Amino acid sequence: MLETLLDRQHRDPTRLLQILIEAQHTSGWLSPQMLAAIARELKLPYARVVGVTGFYSFLHTTPMGRYRVLWSDNITDRMQGSTELMAAMCRKLWLEPGRVSEDGLASVAATSCTGMCDQGPALLVNERAITNMNMERVSAMVELIQAGTPLENWPAAWFSCVDHIRRKDILLDHSLLPGEALATAMERGRTATLAEMHLSKLRGRGGAGFNTGAKWQACKDATGDQHYVVGNADEGEPGTFKDRVLLTSYADLVFEGMTIAGFAIGASKGLLYLRGEYRYLLDKLQAVLAERRASGLLGKVMGSPDFSFDIEIHLGAGAYVCGEESALLESLEGKRGTPRIRPPYPVTAGYLGQPTAVNNVETLAAACLIAKHGGAWYADIGTDKSAGTKLLSISGDCARPGIYEYPFGVTVTQVLADCGADKTQAVQISGPSGVCLADNEFARRIAFEDVPTAGAFMVFNDSRDMFEVARNFAHFFAHESCGFCTPCRVGTSLVRNLMDKLAAGHGSPYDINEIFKMHRLMQTTSHCGLGHSACNPLFDTLNKFRPAYERRLQSLEFEPSFDLDAALSQARQMTGRDDAGAHLANES
Amino acid sequence: MTEHFLLDGDEIPFVHGQTVIAAARAAGKYIPHLCWHPDFHPHGSCQLCTIKADGRFAASCTLAAQAGMVVENRTAELDDKRRTLLQMLFVEGNHFCPSCEKSGNCRLQATAYDLGMLTPHFEHFFPDRPVDASHPDLLLDFNRCILCELCVRASRDVDGKNVFALSGRGIKSHLVVNSESGRLADTGMALDDRAAQVCPVGVILAKRRGFSVPIGKRLYDSQPISEKVGEEKSRS
Repeated sequence: MLETLLDRQHRDPTRLLQILIEAQHTSGWLSPQMLAAIARELKLPYARVVGVTGFYSFLHTTPMGRYRVLWSDNITDRMQGSTELMAAMCRKLWLEPGRVSEDGLASVAATSCTGMCDQGPALLVNERAITNMNMERVSAMVELIQAGTPLENWPAAWFSCVDHIRRKDILLDHSLLPGEALATAMERGRTATLAEMHLSKLRGRGGAGFNTGAKWQACKDATGDQHYVVGNADEGEPGTFKDRVLLTSYADLVFEGMTIAGFAIGASKGLLYLRGEYRYLLDKLQAVLAERRASGLLGKVMGSPDFSFDIEIHLGAGAYVCGEESALLESLEGKRGTPRIRPPYPVTAGYLGQPTAVNNVETLAAACLIAKHGGAWYADIGTDKSAGTKLLSISGDCARPGIYEYPFGVTVTQVLADCGADKTQAVQISGPSGVCLADNEFARRIAFEDVPTAGAFMVFNDSRDMFEVARNFAHFFAHESCGFCTPCRVGTSLVRNLMDKLAAGHGSPYDINEIFKMHRLMQTTSHCGLGHSACNPLFDTLNKFRPAYERRLQSLEFEPSFDLDAALSQARQMTGRDDAGAHLANES
Repeated sequence: MTEHFLLDGDEIPFVHGQTVIAAARAAGKYIPHLCWHPDFHPHGSCQLCTIKADGRFAASCTLAAQAGMVVENRTAELDDKRRTLLQMLFVEGNHFCPSCEKSGNCRLQATAYDLGMLTPHFEHFFPDRPVDASHPDLLLDFNRCILCELCVRASRDVDGKNVFALSGRGIKSHLVVNSESGRLADTGMALDDRAAQVCPVGVILAKRRGFSVPIGKRLYDSQPISEKVGEEKSRS
């Protein structure tokens, strides 16, 4: 089994991650013998293989249950009741969260946002996405698990993932046939295509907003043996799911954008990095690629004598940090997803050290529109500094969650009205690493010059506890920090502990000052953007929703974090006691 | 023509491509650091060498010096951040200086003394990190690991052995050794490997040599680390 798998991956050590993912896909987990065999065959140090395996949440070095249930743990899932549902599932299966059952049947755990916020609570079972969980489904699912029913025989409706496209504009309402934009670009020529990209003022849709034309130009101008195009489909920012919809229903547009980028920068190879949570899309995406090869849109493109291009899909394995472009490149090279030291930037030294243009899925799709209709046409839409349209992934407290495409410059108020949000207290824009807006800021506009966003738009009505929102995000960052640099590795955990201390009612103003201090430290000394922005949601909610924190403070002076009664919980669990006499506070 | 930048007001000469910390070291100036070592590629993980260059924070071990750059180093603001980073490293692992044979020769301890770190400040994590005493000549005490990866780099780039690697993620990041048993004895590690000499703290220790230099006569006992610029042994 391993032999054929290794042959398929050309025994290439830079494909280590793909090999590990596939090996686990067939055998359920990665045994030490398996890791040793892989190391041997790839001529890699065993410790390297162990190190890479240990980095990714979806790779397991202990046997996993036959049914591996992972509940999406975004705040929107929680608002839809995921906490209670997961607890009920564990109870019914006699399981502790995160532990495999004694008989090896099942494991139930939480995972970072799976990108189904508009149809949660969501989960993954053996890498397949399930949406709209409720108590009825939990009960039925537990029965199917206990009966050992294969996933193929589970109700098909559970696996349905809906696009929920609510507002279309130029991108979602495009009328391009496969190959149409590409043909126009190739007719126009490489230099003129780049000129149109410059003219369009298109900026990266992954959040950073770098000018796409400038990126492509720099990549084209860089010297290297090979140039590469990388599509970033590692949509891990909690609350974001627009790339999932693009890959589900607009895959041709994404692949065509990659091909146009390849044409413009002089690349012959493109790589799409698909987050592990979206593995269920893989077969369909492969089919689209096969179709494009068959119709001459890949390979020797449109019969061109001097432009050939193909696209390969690489999978991620549960690591949010890999959405950062240099971490993504490390991961593509089969390594731990640690962000690189920059400069050099990927445009000069990217994948395998070669000039590489890394673009977000939405950016690539937008490039097709520009190739077809021209840069001036595109630049005319949106605002002066933010050309074109933006896809928003709207979730949380609103009547119509889903995908909304707006020209840049739309106000938050407008978006809230369109999605049917009522009594809105706050909106978290661009996910936990973005910004939290309170109701006196809803006149602000979605645009790089005002409120920039990668796409997430999570709505919280006045019944929501903004402290719990921030605490959920603090846990997210502690789980997803890559651990490379001191401030983020230790800081995210310290901040998580501080938030838990406040939640447990042991906080004081001292702890709030500590959070501010960690924010200042991590913002200024972290190695990459994850650490820089990890305290943003806390900083915002502390400034805008201070009462949500203050009502948790026991005293306004000092409160020790040590809880004598809580320290006895292990003894209570061991003795099976939970009566009044087993608690200190109730002792009289 | 040699170019210069300003470090806390002093003119520092540099050659093209040199990092701020390397140029500072060559000029006898101390920028606190733990994961950086003149013999190895910059790593940029400990972030202790964070400086302010023209008003922007940056790790001086990865920042290329530029002519005319104005660099702040030993300011109250930066040393305060460094103290906090040190406290974070102390609570993350299990550091019991009085019983550690590296005490007095330890860069973490010496840097903390020098920067005036008086308490650990944060709650300790008390991680469970078993020691590995399997090797006949070397002891591995992971409790003190600060994840600087100097041993990883030394073993890979100098010894050509790849004895060490990092595994895990986030706060669970940890050092692993290159054997299926997970024991150092089953790797190709030898006492005279560069990787055995390079640990800035007390993780990789030669057996049967503990406390051979008495307390009071150790590396940082008489002089603070900031006054011993360039003491890292440079070997080929």
